[in-house]
Amino acid sequence: MNRLFILLMAFLLNVGTAFAAGEGIEATSKQATNPIAIAMFVAFVLLTLAVTYWAAKKTKSASDFYTAGGGITGFQNGLAIAGDYMSAASFLGISALVFTNGFDGLIYSVGFLVGWPIIITLMAERLRNLGRFTFADVISYRLQQTPLRVLAASGTLVVVLFYLIAQMVGAGQLIKLLFGIDYIYAEFIVGALMILYVTFGGMLATTWVQIIKACLLLGGATLMAVLVLAHYGFDPIALFTDAVKVSPKHEAIMVPGSFVANPVNTISLGIALMFGTAGLPHILMRFFTVSNAKEARKSVFFATGFIGYFYILTFIIGFGAITLVATNPAYIDPITKGLIGGANMPAIWLADAVGGSLLQGFIAAVAFATILAVVSGLTLAGASAVSHDLYASVFRRGRVDSASEMRVSKMTTVALGIMAIVLGIAFEKQNIAFMVGLAFAIAASANFPVLLLSVVWKKLTTRGATIGGFAGLLAALILTVLSPAIWVDVIHNKAAIFPYSAPALFSMPLGFFFCWLFSVTDKSERAAIDINGFEAQYIRSQTGIGASGASSH
Amino acid sequence: MATDLVSRVKNDPNYIELEKKRNSLGVTLAVLMLVIYFAFILLVAFFKPLLATPVYGVVTLAFPVGLFVIVSAIGITGFYVSRANSEFDTLTKKIVEAAR
Repeated sequence: MNRLFILLMAFLLNVGTAFAAGEGIEATSKQATNPIAIAMFVAFVLLTLAVTYWAAKKTKSASDFYTAGGGITGFQNGLAIAGDYMSAASFLGISALVFTNGFDGLIYSVGFLVGWPIIITLMAERLRNLGRFTFADVISYRLQQTPLRVLAASGTLVVVLFYLIAQMVGAGQLIKLLFGIDYIYAEFIVGALMILYVTFGGMLATTWVQIIKACLLLGGATLMAVLVLAHYGFDPIALFTDAVKVSPKHEAIMVPGSFVANPVNTISLGIALMFGTAGLPHILMRFFTVSNAKEARKSVFFATGFIGYFYILTFIIGFGAITLVATNPAYIDPITKGLIGGANMPAIWLADAVGGSLLQGFIAAVAFATILAVVSGLTLAGASAVSHDLYASVFRRGRVDSASEMRVSKMTTVALGIMAIVLGIAFEKQNIAFMVGLAFAIAASANFPVLLLSVVWKKLTTRGATIGGFAGLLAALILTVLSPAIWVDVIHNKAAIFPYSAPALFSMPLGFFFCWLFSVTDKSERAAIDINGFEAQYIRSQTGIGASGASSH
Repeated sequence: MATDLVSRVKNDPNYIELEKKRNSLGVTLAVLMLVIYFAFILLVAFFKPLLATPVYGVVTLAFPVGLFVIVSAIGITGFYVSRANSEFDTLTKKIVEAAR
């Protein structure tokens, strides 16, 4: 684990240096300050800090810290899950994709939605019935603790780091744009606030920050979509007709285009999005915050509904930006001919176009709040992996009191916060939607195969799960490094060794295959224990017998 | 979990029914979602002219197809949850009562 971590850090730092030396990549420019946006953002921060203060008084045990005491309702959790999922990368990135490519943006967003039926049908109840704090509880239920915890923690930390980078970069660009302060200071603001929320308020504060933000984001995006449609007399056809007329690509924005230029790539990305969702540690962790399997199910349904609705909104917002932003010289940078503030800004400028500076300030503040909430959820998942899986379960072998476990989580949160700031600065010029794709590929290749097989396949053994999980993790990482996005664009080689930008089509089957191969050939004593433990685990996963409310653990 | 409890639950007819029904529904719906999504991706990759067929003004066939995938994801989730919250939960309650 340590070596992997050092390797990863070395890789990330190298990428950072490469960027520093890089040329001509579009960066956001500093803008004049927007007092409305600042006022609204300050209001959000004050409200969430009050929530954190309230949550801090209620967060006494490790269970409170990781799962908010298990007292979140299905509806609240559905909003929080949707909040975790509706990141700034989704809101700004996907509306920007629609803005640039039209229909192709929808292909991308659909992929983020189809993972939810997989979670509800194969995962949610079993997770709730078997786990306590992290998904590692589930995979180590009958398998040997140490290797599986180390695997889960590695999978969690790698996914969290990639996802964090995407969020931190988005945050920096946005704050630079809004507040007119340097990118580096923006990173410090986000990092510091996130550390405050998580260390003091734990899961309870993180969940409520997420719920508040989800309501603001859904409300703000709805308002924007309504205003765009109102501009066209509530006739979406008129919007699309106008978009075709004014877009430089004309009819091409109404049909699938270059996004699927390479079918293998698209299928590979699709696999990552579909199965990666069921392997995202910060999402899986949310299933432990509700009191039982029924609430867990409800939360998935609400989350899916909110997320689906949200993607339909981003589609309308993207098209609205084609007609109302791209045609307005006020939003165009006279030198680059692109949007002022960079490629991820169509939604922000559209808010100004349809609702003036008041709505723009609101949407910008919401986008910033979104990033804060998502980085908090991610950091909490990362901190839990270190404190619950590595420290309490592996290092102390379960002989640890709740107070010292919490202390380690808080220390880890601070460390992750600092790391997020450093990585955010290092990755300033990377495309943010793309980085999220990487996180999903790793979740689909390392976490998902082990998680699924451990609950449905009797013959999975400790050896098979460990080797299969690490094989999937390494394959996704290595193929990503060898892909055009890093091998050519970052390290500046002529041709990529691995021709596709999405590795999951290869790395996920590899993970499954290694799990299978090293399980069926495993004749050790441990394998017999693993297989014998399946029946009791299976019955508990189906019925919940033995799994009381999370709060009573 | 105690061994006698495991064997008691395992032989409970309600448990056998729950396990069979839920697993077959879960796998069916998961496969359905897979088929819908990857059919969509293959359509988008290999049948671009078909999807470019205008259906209403500038709106092409790609739009209703894309919307269908979104709605089907929500529909599949909703269908599973409604079955689970009524039928499966009733069975689970009986199993838990009997296991006491």
